[in-house]
Amino acid sequence: MSSVRVLAGTRKGAFILTSDAKRERWDVSGPHFAGWEMYHLKGSPVDTNRLYASQSSGWFGQLIQRSDDGGKTWEPVDNKFAYEGVPGTHQWYDGTQHPWEFKRVWQLEPSLTDPDVVYAGVEDAALFRSSDGGQSWQELPGLRSAKGHLWAPGAGGMCLHTIVQDPSNPNRIFIAISAAGAFRTDDAGQTWRPVNAGLKSPYELPDPTAEVGHCVHNIAMHPSRPGVLFMQKHWDVMRSDDAGDSWYEVSGNLPTDFGFPIAVHAHEPNTIYVVPIKSDSEHFPPDGKLRVYRSRTGGNEWEALTKGLPQSNCYVNVLRSALAVDSLDSCGIYFGTTGGQVYGSADSGDSWAPIVRDLPAVLSVEVQTLQ
Amino acid sequence: MHLETLARTKGEIELEVEGPATLDVVLDALEARYPMLRGTIRDQVTKQRRAFIRFFACGRDLSLEPPDAPLPDPVATGAQPILIVGALAGG
Repeated sequence: MSSVRVLAGTRKGAFILTSDAKRERWDVSGPHFAGWEMYHLKGSPVDTNRLYASQSSGWFGQLIQRSDDGGKTWEPVDNKFAYEGVPGTHQWYDGTQHPWEFKRVWQLEPSLTDPDVVYAGVEDAALFRSSDGGQSWQELPGLRSAKGHLWAPGAGGMCLHTIVQDPSNPNRIFIAISAAGAFRTDDAGQTWRPVNAGLKSPYELPDPTAEVGHCVHNIAMHPSRPGVLFMQKHWDVMRSDDAGDSWYEVSGNLPTDFGFPIAVHAHEPNTIYVVPIKSDSEHFPPDGKLRVYRSRTGGNEWEALTKGLPQSNCYVNVLRSALAVDSLDSCGIYFGTTGGQVYGSADSGDSWAPIVRDLPAVLSVEVQTLQ
Repeated sequence: MHLETLARTKGEIELEVEGPATLDVVLDALEARYPMLRGTIRDQVTKQRRAFIRFFACGRDLSLEPPDAPLPDPVATGAQPILIVGALAGG
């Protein structure tokens, strides 16, 4: 019998939500790591009992936790994220150069093939890799050589928040950084290049088509079609059909094309989801209506999904890592809000129901489909 | 409280150190016994105290003292504890 396990990271702890395949009744466990900011939790796709969690606090800094029993028990693993060599500098708010300083881990991305290999996306932006289940971390410094001196922090900090692995090519990884843009490696992380051609940021950059500097919020890929990428940029929903070499806009009829997360349906590579947010200074849904938008055409033509979602007086945000899909036959979609709700849909988004309503602000949502 | 939870311990712990007892030496011993605390009290590379951590002992704030300065005698002899606390950062 299949089941699902939803991993929700919040401002004050982690919660694990489990259900059978009907996804009607949920068991809620938590808070795990009560009082800590849990930026991200994610399970290994090849060993679903192996989970990694990013635990941090303004007082005590960064820890990484690992579970080998599906989140029942946890052990801290290595939390030393030391930049390779002389850390160097990046662009600062005042135009001067500022040294790289480790702040926190935003994203943990377990390997698609080896449960002991895991990637960590950190602030200040860099990519680390562990090949021993998190017992030690090594930077992949080639990334910061990709014009790192020109990267600058956005309002949320200079964070590496998105890591997407190509299942057809273990040497190819995509990452995204605020506010530097998207980058790709084709040699397993040794060398990287910006893949931002086609992005336009007239309100954020003096050169709207600059090679780096774009505020990419999230990238999604369907594993069956790894050359096609979907991106929620600060403004604009974008698509690439050539693995990031070029991008074109697919915002179409969205009420606003600002937003944070983007996701692809588990079984329909052309069905994608976004949560439109009013603007960069008004981080809430337009008109107080919480609507997920779905395109079944790979962009441009979008429909609002509203059934079961609040359609008045709703002013929550949905953050970039807080939207995920399961892979059951009837694809489940889940998202968390800064108001502490986690909503789930067991029918590809046609209808929604809250799984929990009153958690701390949700920072991330991931889903595991368990057999 | 959070550090106790992380280290899976409760209340005071006693640490034996060799040579003169300084904050650095005591923290080295603490991290050796509880490796999960590495990086939570001071930076792993620079050994600098994290901004919102404070060290109190004998009614004094030792946070701004040089970390290689001898600790007060009552602490060095084990009569008095060092408190490692998260600084007040509320409103």
